[in-house]
Amino acid sequence: MDVLKTTIVPLAYLLSAVMFILGLKRLGRVRTARRGNTLAAIAMLIAIVATLVDLGTVDYQWILIGLAVGTLVGAVSAIKVPMTKMPEFVALFNGSGGAASALVALSVVWLKVIEPMKVGTVADAVGGGAQSFTIALSVLVGTLTLSGSVVAYLKLAETISGKPTLLPGRHVLNALLVVGALGLGVWFAFMSDDPEQLRTALLVLVGVSFLLGITLVIPIGGADMPVVISLLNSYSGVAASMTGFVLSNNVLIISGAMVGAAGLILTKIMCDAMNRSLANVIFGGFGADETTGKGGGGEYVNVTSAGAEEAAMILEDAQSVIFVPGYGLAVAQAQHACRELADLLQERGVDVKYAIHPVAGRMPGHMNVLLAEADVPYEQLIEMDEINPEFKNTDVSIVLGANDVVNPGATRDKTSPIYGMPILTVHESRTVFVVKRSLGAGFAGIKNELFEADNSLMVFGDAKKVLTAIIGELKQAN
Amino acid sequence: MTGALLIGIYVFVLAIFVGFEIIAKVPPTLHTPLMSGANAVSGITIVGALSAATTGHPTIANILGCAAIVCATVNVVGGFLVTDRMLAMFGEKKKKK
Repeated sequence: MDVLKTTIVPLAYLLSAVMFILGLKRLGRVRTARRGNTLAAIAMLIAIVATLVDLGTVDYQWILIGLAVGTLVGAVSAIKVPMTKMPEFVALFNGSGGAASALVALSVVWLKVIEPMKVGTVADAVGGGAQSFTIALSVLVGTLTLSGSVVAYLKLAETISGKPTLLPGRHVLNALLVVGALGLGVWFAFMSDDPEQLRTALLVLVGVSFLLGITLVIPIGGADMPVVISLLNSYSGVAASMTGFVLSNNVLIISGAMVGAAGLILTKIMCDAMNRSLANVIFGGFGADETTGKGGGGEYVNVTSAGAEEAAMILEDAQSVIFVPGYGLAVAQAQHACRELADLLQERGVDVKYAIHPVAGRMPGHMNVLLAEADVPYEQLIEMDEINPEFKNTDVSIVLGANDVVNPGATRDKTSPIYGMPILTVHESRTVFVVKRSLGAGFAGIKNELFEADNSLMVFGDAKKVLTAIIGELKQAN
Repeated sequence: MTGALLIGIYVFVLAIFVGFEIIAKVPPTLHTPLMSGANAVSGITIVGALSAATTGHPTIANILGCAAIVCATVNVVGGFLVTDRMLAMFGEKKKKK
């Protein structure tokens, strides 16, 4: 039995950590991704079994209840969630990961300090200052991941406005909250020795962290959501890692750190795709009135609009077509209609491709997932750097609910708030259809020169309806 | 600084580097699956959660532990399943082609 606990269990954890590494590595290559995911799932199973073995004979009642409820909720939601709701889903899952880490840290405190009414510092009770301070960090990071994710979810679900909400003096407020939380953490971890005080300190810390998550995410606009979601993903890993320090468990430290790294890499990719620094995204309040004074606003003049019939006529003569999907495609759930039109064009011998901007949509890879759901072969989805040289030889580009990522102002208007952001150069193609509900500004609230360009045709309407109408016209013409 | 803590910090820092190395160049198609897969992996907190809910009678510690198990399990089961669902979509098309 002793060998089991002192040798087998730690080795099982090591095996699990190695499998997590291999699994995540494979998850980064298209061909091996699915196996990588399965490998990571098996690694998780090994870690869970090892933990249960390590626990030995304890009362399993609550464990089983928790596992059953969690499995049910997790499985049902994972199977039921439509692909269009994936950003919301990922946001909520980030939150639940953060909550789990915070709850573990809290329960350790209750178990070892508050319930035994032990007098003495937390550091003494839980085995050292590192453990007690990482408890505070777990609670801090875990809770702010939870509340930040909930705000992100509410923004994505459009329960609250996707526009940045700028609180007055928010930088000062955030700084105060961070300093307050850390100070409280230090006091909790090393200084206080009264269980009553400790409990109060911990509850206040939960409150402060929760508030911090809200104040950090609420100023960030909808178009910057891919950055926020990747960052929250990173936080949920860091929270797990901190819990690993609390429990002196290396498999938690390793897996958590790798998730933290993965989230940071995605965050960086997203920031690079907008040519902005992380600090600018987090503190910028981008897209709110104070930053869009110069390049934004203004009425559109010289806009040419067309109906589905005219669009279909132009498409009849096209040899090459590039679809440029954006968030509007997701909102209208037009991915299937888009695929249908693509099929129809391909049957007529037209060369069809899709141009994918890294930050199109509301989470990293959003467009890829949507189009995959509609069975668009991923070989047709072309990344920005590869597709940009092709626009000038393209007959028709169809912009479906994308705005800022196709705004030529980003390359030539130095006063534009998005100046410097790499864009899809759709304006170089012979004709551009911009399918859009109205001339209203995008999330960033910036005027788009593309709409006034001579080769642009605005096709007003819901993306799905417009596409269906074009399909109808094309079929009739046959 | 205790030996265990020092080793923990070593492991933490090295794991971050491993993470950066193995995921550095991920194609955009996999951004979402990588995120949801990584999310499932962060459900590893379940290991801590399990050890936190081991008494039969409901104490506050136990209730917190049980809630942690629920959250972590949702993460693990939901995360791996939804990732598999997405990746299956990517795979199918390849066969069709």
